[in-house]
Amino acid sequence: MSTATYAVRDSATMLRRNLKHMARYPSMTVMLVGQPLVFLLLFVYVFGGTMGAGLPGAPAGDRGDYLTFITPGILMMTVASVSIGTAVLVATDMTNGIIDRFRTMAIAKSSVLTGRVLGAMIQTALALAVIFGVAILLGLKTAASAPQWLGLVGLLALLSFAMTWFTVALGLASPDPETASNLPMIFVLLPFVGSGFVPVESMPTGLRWFAQHQPFTPIMDAFRGLLAGSPDGSDTLWAIGWCVVIGLVGYLWARRLYRTRAAH
Amino acid sequence: MVGMTTRTSAIEVSGLRKSYGDQEVVAGVDLTVPAGTVYALLGPNGAGKTTTVRILSTLLAADAGAARVAGYDVRREADQVRASIGVTGQFSAVDELLTGRENLRLMADLGHLDRRRTETVVERLLERFDLIEAADRRAVTYSGGMKRRLDLAMTLVAGPRLIFLDEPTTGLDPRSRRELWGIVRELVADGVTVFLTTQYLEEADQLADRIGVLDGGRLVAEGTAAELKRLVPGGHIELRAADSERVAELARRLPGANPNAPALTVTLPHDGSLTELRRLLDGIDDDAVTGLAVHAPDLDDVFLALTGHPTDELPEEVPV
Repeated sequence: MSTATYAVRDSATMLRRNLKHMARYPSMTVMLVGQPLVFLLLFVYVFGGTMGAGLPGAPAGDRGDYLTFITPGILMMTVASVSIGTAVLVATDMTNGIIDRFRTMAIAKSSVLTGRVLGAMIQTALALAVIFGVAILLGLKTAASAPQWLGLVGLLALLSFAMTWFTVALGLASPDPETASNLPMIFVLLPFVGSGFVPVESMPTGLRWFAQHQPFTPIMDAFRGLLAGSPDGSDTLWAIGWCVVIGLVGYLWARRLYRTRAAH
Repeated sequence: MVGMTTRTSAIEVSGLRKSYGDQEVVAGVDLTVPAGTVYALLGPNGAGKTTTVRILSTLLAADAGAARVAGYDVRREADQVRASIGVTGQFSAVDELLTGRENLRLMADLGHLDRRRTETVVERLLERFDLIEAADRRAVTYSGGMKRRLDLAMTLVAGPRLIFLDEPTTGLDPRSRRELWGIVRELVADGVTVFLTTQYLEEADQLADRIGVLDGGRLVAEGTAAELKRLVPGGHIELRAADSERVAELARRLPGANPNAPALTVTLPHDGSLTELRRLLDGIDDDAVTGLAVHAPDLDDVFLALTGHPTDELPEEVPV
């Protein structure tokens, strides 16, 4: 077998290992999916009436309009939430001797991290399916055409790929699993300081500047445009650009850390 | 000699050095391990044992020196080295969320064994390491000794002819320790070369064909257990004193004495001769000493003689 065949075979082996981990540790998946789900319900049913009325444009919106407005932010939060789990699992691996064992074996070096990223993307896909399902049950309004749905799925896949690589690096950089579970929290909170839950125009000047320019805002705006059936080319390009940057930085950083960091 | 690899050397190391900052952890180690033998690297914590194993098992690059493992250069031919060795590190390297059988299968998959061979090897190892009953339980439920056995079984899945064991019995109870010694002896009987590190003199004595005594990153002595013991002509005498004042006084008066105040004992080297014993007894007041024991030379004496510090600086002793 060639080196490339081994890389695929070893990555598949590592993926199987990670899927088993998820099955054996279901409370973590439930917690990671539960977090955005709770935010979704909280924002729609507790804040939704008031917030919907505050949305710009006439006539004033309602709870259902607010659901549609925050769905992109909740999707973003879902991807971020699952990535916390990835960081924790990577950090746990690193504090255990098993990574050293893998490193002394004649296997494709990339397979340890590739298997981890593939597993996390499957987990993210499941989580997003749950969140989408609930949002649609609650009355999400969408005018997206089939190609726009495809674009949305593609962008979500790109985002979760990028975020996963970035949080793999965070997991590798963390001295222990506790730190690894705290670092990515920022990504769960970042949609709030952006266009996730309120229009950025309603924020005070300094904050508004940050909210307009932080990477998650164009990504959430691109989701919003695609869901509404009227995608904005500029938002979509910025969203793709930011995903590529986050993914590339995460990938290179993770690769470097994996090569240099000893398990102890 | 590196470069002139002969088929009979499993490991050849010359001038190996590694520093962290300005601290030299491995300070010029040379050693050769013939194939099919057991080599024990003996030393206290911080002597450089683990660093040496990490370099030889391709986990760490040396600053200087050369090392060939299974005939391959550890730096330039790391993949060939990895394909030839098995490593059981100091810290547990089992996947605790997987069962024992799944852990072994994982190793078989990563070792690119075909399906039929995987089944045979996994079942054989489960049986050999007494893990059949626990095979389908998650490793997190295993005892320390079982985890260690699984760890070693995982190392053997791909059938390496050379294995590294970094402090294989640290933290194990005496029974598990003896079981592990038995397994190592079986491996050697199958012709496998074993390179192990230990801080237990007893362990090196029990298992190794050759022992390298590592202290401060340097090999201070090397040889068979018998050769090392011969370096120290006699054993030691242990005097039991009535109180700590007398311990201090004895230590002051007797040349080469090593006081142990909490235990109220003083040990001093002894060449085994009656003359010296008599001279010693003549020099001690009757009421200063409550007991006396003459010990034949053991590796503790070797360690003390070679390194200038006793092994009781080690964290714990092997129960004999």
